[in-house]
Amino acid sequence: MNAEASALTARRTPLYEDHRQLGAKFTEFSGWTMPVLYSGIIDEHHNVRNLAGLFDVSHMGEIRVSGEHALPFLQHLTTNDVSRLKVGEAQYSLLLNPDGGVIDDIIIYRLAANDYLLCVNAGNAEKDWNWIQRSNTFGAKLENLSDSYGQLALQGPRAREILSRYLEQPAEEYSVENFRPFTFRIIRHKVRDFGIAEMIVACTGYTGEDGFEIFCPAGATSGLWQELLEVGAASGLKSIGLGARDTLRLEVCYPLHGHELRDDLNALWSAVGWVVKYDKGDFIGRDALVKEKERGLSKKLVGLEVLDRGIVRDGAKLFRTSDGETPDGEVGWVSSGTKTPTVDKAVALAFVPPELSALGTQLLAEVRGKFLKVAVVSRPFYQRNTKS
Amino acid sequence: MSVPSGYRFTREHEWIKLESGSRARVGITDYAQSELGDVVFVELPQVGKAAGKGSAFSSVESVKAVSDVYAPVDGKVVEVNGALSDSPQLLNQEPYTEGWMAVIELSNPSQLESLLDSDGYEKYLSEISK
Repeated sequence: MNAEASALTARRTPLYEDHRQLGAKFTEFSGWTMPVLYSGIIDEHHNVRNLAGLFDVSHMGEIRVSGEHALPFLQHLTTNDVSRLKVGEAQYSLLLNPDGGVIDDIIIYRLAANDYLLCVNAGNAEKDWNWIQRSNTFGAKLENLSDSYGQLALQGPRAREILSRYLEQPAEEYSVENFRPFTFRIIRHKVRDFGIAEMIVACTGYTGEDGFEIFCPAGATSGLWQELLEVGAASGLKSIGLGARDTLRLEVCYPLHGHELRDDLNALWSAVGWVVKYDKGDFIGRDALVKEKERGLSKKLVGLEVLDRGIVRDGAKLFRTSDGETPDGEVGWVSSGTKTPTVDKAVALAFVPPELSALGTQLLAEVRGKFLKVAVVSRPFYQRNTKS
Repeated sequence: MSVPSGYRFTREHEWIKLESGSRARVGITDYAQSELGDVVFVELPQVGKAAGKGSAFSSVESVKAVSDVYAPVDGKVVEVNGALSDSPQLLNQEPYTEGWMAVIELSNPSQLESLLDSDGYEKYLSEISK
């Protein structure tokens, strides 16, 4: 589909007008018209790391799985151990296909005893919904609530103070000790132009900074967005687009579906083995992962730093080299890459054979007909100073 | 979008300014840098390399993408802006002054006449912005 046609059919979140008023530059992403930047990607990226940023993530999908069959169904459907979730807790997990490829990466929130909410990627929402329905041989109750929810992410060192100020709660209630990562609260709060909104406030995020993701009724999204920006201004809060969202997640080496996680790549290649709990019992894709482990992985995800002058991007082919200059056989590819603002280097995530994945291994990346030297480095490229 | 007078422009959003005799300075316009976003890397041509009108002679990389820069005229590259190596953001901040990219020795100065002047480029910008 050409650019004009896709722009015409693309969907908009409840915040489209708010983004226009803020002077956002738009892009098409997974069938949605989204802000890619406001003041600039680098400025927005630094603002999240140093102060705070507010992201519109309303394009993400939400699927509710409930009833007495919810737990056994989710155990069968996902790789992580859902039985470990208490009410008020969340976990990162994967939906695999029977070949061990990743259909989507998700977060599961346990809302009540037999009540779970799955947050799924925008570009996979329809695919996931169809897959979940087809896989539901357990008779769990399923609801696609994607259109009912808006979602905002509030991220950065000032996120907690902004949130407690907005909700008119003592800062203590929102401290790291009292509101831990991967827990959430149901909060009812009056929102401009809406009334009392019931929101899921979760201590989760995709930036590598402290922060929250807030699910609200779709009709409350605009009022909540505006009020948070107003209340947060005193703490330096700014609106942040998808451009900075990508540089932020790349610096902390978080995978992005379609790049590091794919339907056609075995999940074990993607360094997400930590969310696979073989001991919980059988689940879709378990056999394929076990077989791949026994066979030995063909590829592993690594972090790369570009040594020559230049930037290496998604899709670049990687070659082994014995002399550091001449390519000596294609061995893998780059899944994501750019020059990122905090790390201030050209970095990339890439798939290489396990025997070429040791730290310091030098490879060549093909970039527009030239070969740039790259080296395997440790992940993540950036680590937040967790000293409070 | 600022469009200074005394410059000539291409539809690919390069500018060229005649300096002395047959030497001209070249860069990208304010519109181009704004469309690109934050520039993080500039690949400058080698001094001494021939420049062909309409051929890519440089590339500019933003966080999201690479863009080729086309030589507005035929000639030879005699100077490049080394400051862009350490400070690629100069292209965003001062596209018409400190963010210049190269100086070209023109082999055919009359080619400048066929390029857009300031009014022509401004008109072109308003057409494409509709």
